Parts: sequence; structure tokens; C-alpha cells
Amino acid sequence: MRFHRKTALVAAAAATASLLTGCGAADMTKQASPFANAQGSKTVTLSVQSWVGAQSNVAVAQYLLEHELGYRVDTVQVDEVPAWDALSQGRVDAILEDWGHPDQEKRYVKDKKTIAPGGGLGVTGHIGWFIPTYLAKQHPDITDWKNLNKYSSLFRTAESGGKGQLMDGSPSYVTNDKALVNNLKLNYQVVFAGSEAAQITQMRQFSKEKKPFLTYWYSPQWLFKKVPMTEVKLPPYKDGCDADTAKVACAYPHTPLQKYLNADFAKSGGKAAAFLKKFHWTTEDQNQVSLMIADQKLSPADAAKKWVDTHRSTWKAWLS
Amino acid sequence: MATITASAPRAALPGALRHRPVQKLLVLAVIAAVLVPVASARWTGSSWPDALTVDLTKPLGSASNWVIDNRDSSPLFLYFLGYVSNAVVLSVRGVYLTLLAAGWAGVTAAAALVAWRVAGVRLALGTAAAFVACGLLGMWVPTMQTLALMVVAVLASVLVGAVLGLAAGLSDRMHRALRPVLDTMQVLPAFAYLLPVVLVFGIGVPAAVLATVVYAAPPMARLTALGLRGADPEVLEAVESLGSTSRQRLLTARIPLARKELLLGLNQTIMMALSMAVIASVIGAGGLGDRVYQALASVDVGAALAAGIPIVLLAVVLDRVTGAAGDRLGQETRSTRPWLYVAAATVAVAVATRLGGLLDWPSGWTVGIAEPVNRAVDWMTAHLYSGVPVVGGTADWAAHFTTWILDPVRSGLLWLPWWSVLLIVAALAWLIGTWRTALTAVLAMALIGVLGVWKPSLDTLSQVLAAVAVTLVIGFAVGIAAARSDRCERLLRPVLDVFQTMPQFVYLIPVVALFGVGRAPAVAAAIVYALPAVVRITTQGLRQVDPAALESARSLGATSGQQLRQVQLPLARPALLLAVNQGVVLVLAVVIIGGLVGGGALGYNVVFGLAQGDLATGLVAGIAIVCLGLMLDRVTQPTERRAQKGA
Repeated sequence: MRFHRKTALVAAAAATASLLTGCGAADMTKQASPFANAQGSKTVTLSVQSWVGAQSNVAVAQYLLEHELGYRVDTVQVDEVPAWDALSQGRVDAILEDWGHPDQEKRYVKDKKTIAPGGGLGVTGHIGWFIPTYLAKQHPDITDWKNLNKYSSLFRTAESGGKGQLMDGSPSYVTNDKALVNNLKLNYQVVFAGSEAAQITQMRQFSKEKKPFLTYWYSPQWLFKKVPMTEVKLPPYKDGCDADTAKVACAYPHTPLQKYLNADFAKSGGKAAAFLKKFHWTTEDQNQVSLMIADQKLSPADAAKKWVDTHRSTWKAWLS
Repeated sequence: MATITASAPRAALPGALRHRPVQKLLVLAVIAAVLVPVASARWTGSSWPDALTVDLTKPLGSASNWVIDNRDSSPLFLYFLGYVSNAVVLSVRGVYLTLLAAGWAGVTAAAALVAWRVAGVRLALGTAAAFVACGLLGMWVPTMQTLALMVVAVLASVLVGAVLGLAAGLSDRMHRALRPVLDTMQVLPAFAYLLPVVLVFGIGVPAAVLATVVYAAPPMARLTALGLRGADPEVLEAVESLGSTSRQRLLTARIPLARKELLLGLNQTIMMALSMAVIASVIGAGGLGDRVYQALASVDVGAALAAGIPIVLLAVVLDRVTGAAGDRLGQETRSTRPWLYVAAATVAVAVATRLGGLLDWPSGWTVGIAEPVNRAVDWMTAHLYSGVPVVGGTADWAAHFTTWILDPVRSGLLWLPWWSVLLIVAALAWLIGTWRTALTAVLAMALIGVLGVWKPSLDTLSQVLAAVAVTLVIGFAVGIAAARSDRCERLLRPVLDVFQTMPQFVYLIPVVALFGVGRAPAVAAAIVYALPAVVRITTQGLRQVDPAALESARSLGATSGQQLRQVQLPLARPALLLAVNQGVVLVLAVVIIGGLVGGGALGYNVVFGLAQGDLATGLVAGIAIVCLGLMLDRVTQPTERRAQKGA
């Protein structure tokens, strides 16, 4: 490793020298993580978003990159929008699950061309309002939004101030809930749990006591296996009905989730880039891994190993 | 420990003391009588008037767009910020590769040997044990990443702090200009620093390092200035009479005389930097903080703890070693030979492990603590959450706390007309401080209104007030108990040490499991975080009460309760006030982070701003937090500044 230390020192000296002489430009759009490529290994940096489904994608990709292709993988947890920015600067090489960010897509993919699309993940995402299934059995008509006001007293909590509580999760997630409550004239208060971890903890506590709750939630999500939930029907989604975020009065769309790669990495990332472009699995697969991570508390690496051991044919195709 | 400088001059004139507050209040009443009718006639309603707000959404939005669009072309970025960013990346990388090249045995040996040289055998063993524990927890590589980042951040902070401190120590004008800035920076919650740095440098290590430097440099600057200014004038005169130049005086007399303060500054800087390690993971610092953050995303308290423990261990070790180095000053011999031995031994160990092929931490040598911890947490939440006979479950307490305390305090604050809030702030700040501090506090509060975040700020304020009240009640009770019983204090000490260095994030999930989502868990986390400092300061203050005073009270036949009430507590008043001040500052820091568990208000806005890259929301909330912190500090701060933050 002496060699690498020396290169680093030489590079540092060179940088200082050019800093002092003031010549040359330092391009902020081309910056890798300082922890990348340590000890001569090829490193891929993946962005992990805060939800467990995203952790599963990354865990399996990481496992295969490390064990089949000989890469070293660094992961960084970044929120969705900042992750786009980090991706465009090369601080991360890939995002494996994106739920649709039209503004960022226009800016970085179409205009600046610093991010390249990496194809679909194979999983379709859907956001909606959910209630626990035990509650839907008690009150069958509660699953229509028109009847929500009738039941608002069921969902009252200390935080919702006399109205029913609609629980939202992390502020980083795509949500129109405040506008929806407003435009559908619902007697509800949106309460932000602040993070998905907090939201899940609260939902499990509620379901343990069979208490009613109404929450913003999304599929695919491993929690459905633990807390069965039924979706509340909102006015149907039509193309463009969510164009004006203040006037939204319709349900969320079904989004085929996308992968994105840093443009340079997509071009010159070798086997790793090719592998990540081919990475494509089903909702079922993702849930299996997520459940192992979040419910059985396996480490992401162990969960990935278990899945990889039993799904050879699926991932062999990604490597070819 | 913070040195407590009481309002000594005032005690000498009891007559003036009795009249000053009345005078101040009268002046305020006159001002209010003139201004309030005008204000309330012009702008009705109790909330801050819309006419007096400035909407920054547009300019901040376009500023953020400008940065993103011009980052790869503007000379400002290409020729200045780009280099800063590259320099940070390269130096962190250099340190990281060096650490990896030394291998786990080399790093452990080097750390232990250095600790042995500066602090003795016991701390050397402790240091080695701490590093081995990091490896045992399976956290060796993340620990090295954090360590690399910390080394660079601490060096940069020390450099920046020392330069600023030197300037303030040598020039009176610089001192006057810098002091309020440094004072202010020390009371700001770390969370408020993140957004502006992220905007310029993007998510990643450079942003994390710079945010850490901004947070950790002030104590170094402050203590350097303090050390230089506190040098014994007689010694300086003696040196001067020898005909030395001013540079010689600085190098041979003033700096060596200030060694103790310089080391204390280093110690403080390291502690502040480490406490930032986890918070900075929100903006991509990587390392241990990122592990904590990722584990919390899947509600895995055990894994979060496994990554949190190395941070605590690093903090405790560095604190003790630098502290011991400070105590040993003046005893050491000025020979460099032992250091050569240390270097040689380190290289030998590193080479030996290289040859033995043990460079990486052996993967079999890890202990999984996540599972038992999670089981314990699950048991706690299953049995305490609700339905406990007689006392009710924690969820019920949380609901009652919210409806009976938090809600009334919040609606009370919102009910107060805005001008009366300003008046109350002015009165409190002026009674405890000077007209200058009162003016700062009022202006800070007014700025919150002008920025249009009056309501969320009062919401945050209500949480702070409730949390501080609970913290003080518990903290004073425990502090008094610890001051009166040595055994109690000995039992408490390690507990306080751990709670104080634990990353704030680790508290968040267990409090959600116990108290649900909302403001109650945010307040609970804040209380747990602020308690140790309050307990410590209270205990120390009570113990420093002049024994002669106690003795005379005892000889007059006072019972121990009377001694406490009539002698100890009044004499410890400065310490108790300091405890209040510290409690408020620490509570605010965590109530803000409580935005992640449903605390809402300003904390939520900051989280939202970071998560959505929405500068307008995040930065305005950040400024409001700064103002709130400033106001709370001025309102609770007795005349003289304390020497440093934390206990």
C-alpha cells in the first residue's frame, strides 16, 4: 500500500501547487467519494434511500458486485432529491430505485446530460392512503374517500387537534396529501412522522392494539406482510390530474420505478455499469429481501446472500 | 468544566441591585406604552402581522438554481470552491489510506502508544481496548472512515480557530468584533449549519467536513484568545525588559503560557467535531454516522447502537487523553527520543501484520450485539407502551403530556399578541443581562416574525419550554442528590459520560417506540440529552459552595434541609443559572432534530429543506432556529459569558 499512499501524497502536493499558482480549473462536477477505490480495488458507490425496498436493491447489487465481479461497494444514504444532485456530480454512481422526479430528470438528464437513464427496475410503485385490514372489516364502507369524514373521530389523536389524523412519513417522499385533504374537503389533519422509521414504529404499535389509523403508504413495502392494509379509494388518477400540485384531487399514479446512472459511469463503468443496467427483478423478489432485512433483522448482506443463493437463474442473466 | 463568574460587582451594592430591575421595567413600560397602541391599532390580530413579513421564497429559489446551473462553469466554483472541495477530498483520502495501510493492529498500537506517552499506562490500555472494541463490533472500516474525516476536520478547525484566536488575542479590536460572533456560533444547533454548506458543495464529504469545521472551530478560537489574554503581565514585562521583539515575546512567552487553554481548546474542538459526525451523515459524511442513520431507517436500534458505541468510545478516549495531556503539562521532558520509539514500534507492528496477512479486521472476530439489544427494546415497547396497571403505559403519558402541557403552552404562546412576546423577551433579557443583550434578543425574535415563520417558531418554543421545565425539575433533583452523596455521584458518573457522548440520533427510535409519533417523543429525546449537563453543573455548583459557610450554618443548628435551602442553593445560584442556560441550548438542539420523529415546526422545515433540496424552506427555518437559539441564550444568560460550552 505504500504505493497508494505515495500517489495520494503526490496528488495532494500537485493540487496544492496548482492551488497556489492559481492555474487550471477544479471541476466540481467530477468528484468521487474519498473512500472510493481504496487499496487498488475498483469501487462503485451506490445511493441507498431511506426505505427498506431501496436497501434490498442495493444489498443484492452490492453482493453480486462484490462476490461475482470483484468490486468494492460503498453505499451512502441520501434523500431522493439531493441524491440526484450527488449523482450528477459523480459522488454516487447509481440510483437503483427512483419514484419519478420530472424536474430533476429535465435538469440533469435532458439539459445537462450528466445523468443517464439506467432502465427500469422491474418493480411498479404505487402510493396511496391505507387503513389496516381489521378496520376495513369492521367498517366495509370506510374504504371509499367519500365516507372518510363520517369516521374521522376514529382517527383522532393528541397531535391532530380534534380532526382525524392522516399520517405521512418522511418529508423527502413524494406527497400531495395536504392538497388532497384540502381539495376533497376532508376533516383530517396531515401529521408528518418525520421519517419512515418513526412512521413504521407507530403503525406497528397501532396494529398491535388493533387501533384504527389512516396512513400515507406505498407498495411494494414489506410491512404489508406484517400489518395487512387495505387501500382507501381516492378519485381515480387521470393523466395530468396532478400537474398543479395545489389543485390535486385525484389518486397517485402507478409508477414503473427507474434506475439512473452517472453519465460518465454509464459510459466507462465497465462490467459494473453493464450489470447495473441489466439489474431487473420483481416486486416479489424485492419484498423477500426487504422482509429479511426489516423484520427478521438480518443484515442486508446476509439477506442478499440468502436471496442470491436461491435465485441463481434470475441474477445469472444480469451478469451475461 | 465551565468556569463560573458570578455577578460579583453587583453583590457589593445591594441597594442599587434592589432598584435596578425596577428602573429597567419602568423604562420598558414607558416604551411599551408609547409603541404598543400604535402597533396594535395598525396591525390587529395576535400573530405577527403579514405586512411586516418578507417572502424570501423567490430569491432563495433562484439562488439555489443559479448554484446548480453554474457549478461547472462559474469561476467562483472552478477556481476557488472547487479547490477547497478537492483539497478536502484528497486529504481525507490520504488519511484514510494511511490508516488502512497501517492495518488494524498498526492503528491500535499507534493510538495506544501515543496515549501512553501523553497520558500514562491506564489510558493507553483503555485506548487499545476501545479500538479493539470497534473492530469487535464489526465496525472497523466505518470507524476508520469517521476517524479520517475527524482528523481532517479537527486539524482544519484547530488551524482556523487558532488563527482567529491569535488575532483576537493580540488585537483588542478583533477581539471586540469576533466575540459576539463566536458567542453566537456556540449556541447554534448543528442542524442549522447543514443546508447552506450543502447548497454550495453538494452532498458529500467536503460539505460534511466544512459543516464540522464551522461547528467545531469556535471553541478553539475562544480559548486561544482567552489563553493569550490571560498571560501573566509580570512575566510578559520581564520578557519585554530583556529587549525581545514582539514576535519573540509571542513565541517564547505568550503561546507557551497559554498552553493549557490551547489544549483545552483542542479537547473541546474534538468533542464538538465528534458530536457532528452523526448529524453530518444526513449530508453524506459516510462512516459510522451513516451506519447509524441507515440502521435507524429500518428501525434497527441494535445496529444503530453497534455503530453508535464506537463513536462514544472514540469520544471518551480522545476526551480523556487530551484532558490528561493538559493535566500533565509542565512535567514532560523535552526529549524527542521516546517519540521515535513510538513511531518505530508502530511501523514494526504495522509491518508485522502486513506480513502476517492480518491487515483487515478478521471477519470471524465480531460480536453481534444488535440482536439482544433489539430483543430488549422489543420487550420494553411490548410491556410498557400501554395498559400497564395503575400508572398507564408510556403512550398514555405521551398523549397526556401533549394534551395537558404541550397544547396549552403552544396555544398560550400563539394567543399572546406578538408585541407582548417581544416585550416579555425584552424584560427577561434585560433583567438578567444588559440593554445590549436585551436588544439582541428582541431583534432576533423580530427577525423570526419578519421571515414569516412566527407560528412554527412559537410551536418549537413551546416544545423547548416544556422540555426545559421537565429537565430542570429532574436535573436539579438528581444534582442535589449527587451533591449530597458521594456514592450517588460515583454511580452517576459513567452514566452521564455515556449519555452525553451518545449521538443524538440514537435516542430517536426508542423514544418513538415508547411515546409514539409527535411532539412528545421529540421532547423526551431532548430531556434525555440535556439532563447530564444540567445534573453535572448542579452537582458541581453545590459542591463548590464554601465549606466555611456550610460549617457555620451547621454550628447554628440548621437541619440538612435548611442548609440546602438557605445556604447551598443561594450560594450556588450562578451555577444553577448556568445549568438553565445550558439546558435551554441543548434542548433546542434536540427538539430541532425531533423534526425526524414528528416534532413538526421548525425542525420539520429543516428536514424538509434538506430532503427536497428546498433552500427557501430550509434556510428560512435555519435562520429562525438561529434567532430562537440566540434569543433563548440571551434570556437565560447571566451577565458574564461562560468560558465554554458543555459540562
